[in-house]
Amino acid sequence: MSAPAAVLPARGWTRRFRANPTSWLGVALIAAVVLAALLASTIWPLDPLEQNVAERLMAPTAAHPLGTDTFGRDVLARLLHAARISLLIGAFSIALAMTIGSAIGIAAGYLGGWFDAAVTSLLDVLLSFPTLLLGLMVVAMLGPSMGNLVIAIAITELAPFARVARAPTITLKGRDFVEAGRALGFSDLRLVVVHIIPNLLSEVVVVASLWLATAIRTEASLSFIGLGVKPPTATWGGMIREGFENILDAPWLALAPSLAILVTVLGLNLLGDGLRDAIDPRARRD
Amino acid sequence: MTEPLLEVRDLTVEFRSGGAWHPAVRNVDLSIAPRETLAVVGESGSGKSVTALAVMGLVPAPAGRIAAGSSIRLSGRELVGLGERELDRVRGDRVAMIFQEPMTALNPTMTVGEQVAESVRAHRGLGAQAARREALRVLDLVKVPSAARRMDDYPHQFSGGMRQRVMIAMALACHPAVLLADEPTTALDVTIQAQVLSLVEDLKREHGLGVLFITHNLGVVALIADRVAVMYAGEVVETAPAAELFETPRHPYTEALLASMPRVDRDVGALEPIQGNVPSIREIGPGCAFAPRCAHAQARCRESRPRLEPEGAARSVRCWLRTASP
Repeated sequence: MSAPAAVLPARGWTRRFRANPTSWLGVALIAAVVLAALLASTIWPLDPLEQNVAERLMAPTAAHPLGTDTFGRDVLARLLHAARISLLIGAFSIALAMTIGSAIGIAAGYLGGWFDAAVTSLLDVLLSFPTLLLGLMVVAMLGPSMGNLVIAIAITELAPFARVARAPTITLKGRDFVEAGRALGFSDLRLVVVHIIPNLLSEVVVVASLWLATAIRTEASLSFIGLGVKPPTATWGGMIREGFENILDAPWLALAPSLAILVTVLGLNLLGDGLRDAIDPRARRD
Repeated sequence: MTEPLLEVRDLTVEFRSGGAWHPAVRNVDLSIAPRETLAVVGESGSGKSVTALAVMGLVPAPAGRIAAGSSIRLSGRELVGLGERELDRVRGDRVAMIFQEPMTALNPTMTVGEQVAESVRAHRGLGAQAARREALRVLDLVKVPSAARRMDDYPHQFSGGMRQRVMIAMALACHPAVLLADEPTTALDVTIQAQVLSLVEDLKREHGLGVLFITHNLGVVALIADRVAVMYAGEVVETAPAAELFETPRHPYTEALLASMPRVDRDVGALEPIQGNVPSIREIGPGCAFAPRCAHAQARCRESRPRLEPEGAARSVRCWLRTASP
């Protein structure tokens, strides 16, 4: 019997994922960004915070391959160190959104009734705000700091996770093996942990990989408008903002972090699409 | 007679439909002794499965409920009115159920061994290692070949018959006293069917299980049942030892059911289908539920409802034609 497409990954999805060249491109791009972030000091051992007024706004040279900024700081070193911050904030906020959002979605789908109706309405309210605006509101309320940034971005992405977890929960709840588990005396918690979560995990992971890109963009946008991580810590969004002031004299200042964001987001989207195509038979081309 | 393991008295299960409660199962009495197989037979919609769900405490609320006055006793303990937590402790541990569709009743993301182990852990609180050993023991018990190797396989790597064995292993993992089997062999090939039936038979004998076997297949009934309860439109219309039921059916519905079954041991010219359908639970009138389809129905059959009256020591029948002098 074929399982409902939305709930269970079709067999052989790893094979389909591997057979898709664009997913490999995504993996390669992400691997490159992550490696660059991890090995930042090894690849380019300059201090991202060290100022040198004599060498400000220098065009790219051998000593500074991406030039220097208004404070004479090395842009390549800042770019690499900013990757750490951006990836960390993205990863933590997505982990938070995934955990809490999925829990909300599973609870709503499993319990149903008025609870489900209430949660769904609240999620609709949350979804009606543009991501950036919602993030901005939360940061404005909590005050800009790295922890608050993580919380703000997580809140903007709760709703998609809750939705993605809720729908398969409703389907799974009616499946025979859940009913069989109940007949074996499994408590609701055990049914959810044993039978429901493993069967919707693949979907949630796909969504996580796609929304991680959005999280990184949101972080950059918030930093760009000055509500992100405080200077002098380097972040991509912050670097774009600083570079923006000199966009005519020193376009590389804004260009380098923009390209970094582009590569990361592109890589995550390719990876996510590849995963989705491999797992969800409806989206498959073959 | 030995003390019954399971005793159902006056069980009525109602479902809400269009603002009113309608009984899907009415005043059902059943009992199962140790090492006894009671087959419950009837057409689709006769209330067989609902009866089993009620015994498991799985009547879906809030659309369904067990009516007041119903009693389900398991080894003397009343189950009706127990809270969900207490029921969780009974289900799987004292009474277990196997389902019709072994293809979908297993979780595709867990290995077979993990699933059997999980049902042990749910009740025994064993550690992972101990639960795994217990799972292996039960899988051996239900004769899964080379269980030690196969327990790390996933359900899709198993055939239908093997999956049904796994289901039975999960049900038996905690040594229940009563096993409810809801058409467990319907989805299987005839040869595999026979294997699974003989497995249930062996387990019943070796472990003193009481088995409630729900089926619409009278051939299966003849093979395994000690006693039979025939259900029609939510009521038990006749109970009898299996052999006697086939020899001398007393209720017109049972007669009709037997006449509609192909048999190799008798020369029956043509099968006789029963005219009409099982009435919907909303359409049952004041009289006998079978009266509209009964060839022998009289005026009083349509006016008042007969009771399930004992006939001799081991039988009972719900029919005016049998209880009143002819």
